[in-house]
Amino acid sequence: MRNEIALKVNGTHIVVPPGATVAVAVALAGQVCRKSASGAPRGPLCGMGICFECRVAINGQPHCRSCQAFCEEGMDVRTNG
Amino acid sequence: MNVTYDIIIVGAGIVGAACADELSRRGMAVAIVDREWIGGGATAAGMGHIVVMDDSEAQFALMRYSQQLWHKLRLELPDDVEYEQTGTIWVAADEEEMAEVRRKRNYYGQRGVPVEELDAQGLKHLEPHLRDALAGGLRVPDDAVLYPPCGARFLMERAQQSGAKLHLGRSVTQIGDGCVRLTDGLEMQAQYIVNAAGTSAGDLTSGLEIRKRKGHLVITDRYARFLRHQLLELGYLKSAHSVTTDSVAFNVQPRRTGQILIGSSRQYGAEHKEVDHEILARMLRRAEEYMPGLRAMSAIRCWTGFRAATRDKLPLIGPWPDDPSLWLATGHEGLGITASLGTARILADQITGAAPEIPIEPYLPSRMMLSQTLKEPANA
Amino acid sequence: MASSTPDGFDVLVVGAGPAGMAAAVRAAECGICVGIVDDNAAVGGQIWRKSAEEDVTEDAKSWADCLKARQVTVLGGMHVFDQPEPGILLAESSDNRSVLHYEKLVLATGARERFLPFPGWTLPNVIGAGGLQAMVKCRLPIRGKRVVVAGTGPLLLAVAAYLKAHGAEILKICEQASWLTLLRFATSLLTQPAKIWQGIQLSQQLGGIPFLTSSWVAAAHGDKMLEAVTITSGSETETIDCDYLACGFHLVPNIELPILLGCEISDGFVQVNDLQETNVSGVFCAGEPTGIGGVELALVEGQIAGLAAASRIAEARHLFGKREGFRRFARSLQRAFRLRPELRMLAGPETIVCRCEDVMYAQLCPYTSWRSAKLQTRCGMGPCQGRVCGAATEFLFNWSLDSARPPVFPARVESLVAVRDIKQQDPQKIS
Repeated sequence: MRNEIALKVNGTHIVVPPGATVAVAVALAGQVCRKSASGAPRGPLCGMGICFECRVAINGQPHCRSCQAFCEEGMDVRTNG
Repeated sequence: MNVTYDIIIVGAGIVGAACADELSRRGMAVAIVDREWIGGGATAAGMGHIVVMDDSEAQFALMRYSQQLWHKLRLELPDDVEYEQTGTIWVAADEEEMAEVRRKRNYYGQRGVPVEELDAQGLKHLEPHLRDALAGGLRVPDDAVLYPPCGARFLMERAQQSGAKLHLGRSVTQIGDGCVRLTDGLEMQAQYIVNAAGTSAGDLTSGLEIRKRKGHLVITDRYARFLRHQLLELGYLKSAHSVTTDSVAFNVQPRRTGQILIGSSRQYGAEHKEVDHEILARMLRRAEEYMPGLRAMSAIRCWTGFRAATRDKLPLIGPWPDDPSLWLATGHEGLGITASLGTARILADQITGAAPEIPIEPYLPSRMMLSQTLKEPANA
Repeated sequence: MASSTPDGFDVLVVGAGPAGMAAAVRAAECGICVGIVDDNAAVGGQIWRKSAEEDVTEDAKSWADCLKARQVTVLGGMHVFDQPEPGILLAESSDNRSVLHYEKLVLATGARERFLPFPGWTLPNVIGAGGLQAMVKCRLPIRGKRVVVAGTGPLLLAVAAYLKAHGAEILKICEQASWLTLLRFATSLLTQPAKIWQGIQLSQQLGGIPFLTSSWVAAAHGDKMLEAVTITSGSETETIDCDYLACGFHLVPNIELPILLGCEISDGFVQVNDLQETNVSGVFCAGEPTGIGGVELALVEGQIAGLAAASRIAEARHLFGKREGFRRFARSLQRAFRLRPELRMLAGPETIVCRCEDVMYAQLCPYTSWRSAKLQTRCGMGPCQGRVCGAATEFLFNWSLDSARPPVFPARVESLVAVRDIKQQDPQKIS
């Protein structure tokens, strides 16, 4: 098993340990997940896929819950924060 | 306890709210009664498309008149009404539908409605997410979209500022002879009563035939700039006209939030408000066919609603022949959001004796009685 | 996207936490075809969420092993969003959809944390207590981070202990319940040695951390991220710099799917008979949706539901006594962590209540019902479908939530179309 996974968050390369979720990758990249309807920064709240606060685009697919998605090699993550 | 008004409006949907606004601004003492809240029925369920339609000359006249009233009102609308002049594009799939584009173009053009005919390229340019190989379309730039519950609330608030009294959460058991009876025993009296109860209007006025036509809608999460105009397939006209069978049509609307509202379906004889999975799937499949990009979008809510339909597909606006105190403002089927403003004007004109700006005869409830009498020999 | 394959099960379990795992294992023991579906990729639910670095508890491991041994089909990373007709559920994953046919169904949908709005609660790094724990299990670095834990319920202590063990500096634990009610709660546990032992272990792990009762968070501060929190006891307030606020106000059951299926709900919980069967014949419910009671109760209820679903009624009855003991614990839990009325006053006029649509507290005040507020303000109309603000407005305004409609969880448009496939394909049993 590899001991790290390389992916991109908003174009910046980042390396995370196996078992890391995309929400963790976003935090490690120093980013927030999204801007709210009125433009405020938001990050994960429930951490278990309920609240939809941690939505990001993964490989071009918007509105993915980053707390429920595990990082994969070469993933392209975009926040709208 | 008896309370007396000039006019009591039963139903606080967008039609009732517009009538309350218009009548109270003309100086009448108005009360509105609704069993729920403002705009909780078909108003809440509908799309909020301000659109000109031309099923008939009479429908066109009311819709165009109303669309222009909304346009005039737009600067006064609060932000949460989300009025956006997106325009409508009627999408033609093939050459047969392009012929309809041209007919519609001429019809609208001759009556002063700005229109633009689009070829396949022009259509793709304006709405790049439509599928390839469509024939073209007709753009109607004056059409708009809004958020109906807040539109109704705005009109109701204006009515209240002019003195109208709002009674919410009160169920009406009986209306007629200048009297409105509520389930809690209260009786309210007025010179006139306006039945604006939408699909329930027929329960309150005997002899009034209002049919429920069920519809489904789906709303997506936010996808900014995916869609710019309200899009309807021209096949919509064929399916919407069909009175007997269930039908679906491609009909999508961009919300200001970036959300996309996906319709539409029409069913008669479906009394339950539950989502009908079969028709929902058919409706969405149709939408996917026209806009493949919808497929991967996240749908966050589905709901149903009931349109108040009349037999001749025109609303009922005017006095009810059986009761001199009773007036109707209902039967708008899928067009009540647009037609609410025009309806309120011509109803108020009739009540106050002012000269209406469009001919009112096609909407008079008395036509229903006439057609019934005329039909009888055929049925016998 | 892969096309949908219909799967057929004698017993289908929704939710792979303790209740769901126990139900699936017991049902599968007699050789019938059992499936278990969960939004999370791995089994274990929230309480037994597996961490990449460490082993799960003995209990969690043995139930997971049993699932394997009994050949239960695990459908991970799939959320159920609809029941187009009785006996059929629709589920989707990030790249697939499934049509799940069942003879008997066990709903073990678990619970989520209750969140209450206070000024600043929308700042990044203000996160649920269980939520932060889940993030740490998913490799969020916590070593050296300063964390305030606040809210109510036994979860706070468990989370604080976990975070501390992983190197976090726990600055304070603020429990809104009073010392006296906690004492009464502790006394009620005297009949349950296991609980006492857990309590002693916890208090050893938490040694040295200030534990405040009758104390709650009044505000979170920060520009773009959390920088500090203000805690209060009503009379005294204190502002503390920190990196994370782990904050939750006990648990709310996930009952959206049970409601959609027509299950009777009373006082916010799914009503079941002795055999954990709901009023809908063949639909069972176990764990938190029937009453917040913790993992032991969930395991017993799950076993009863699984046995009953597999028509092993006599064996199910053997567990009734055990269940009753844990139910007493659940009742005292409910009493002890009742929310104090001061918490209704935390939100200011401009505090966001609905985080999906950014609806402020003052915007909601004119309305008398959830439905009218929803229609006029869009509160609860976002992708969480009111799961966060619904529980909050229930407490703040006493609004009761309306019925559930499909999809009970957001689903792709293409998945909603999947219902058309149902009649074209016959289910294949997985053996």
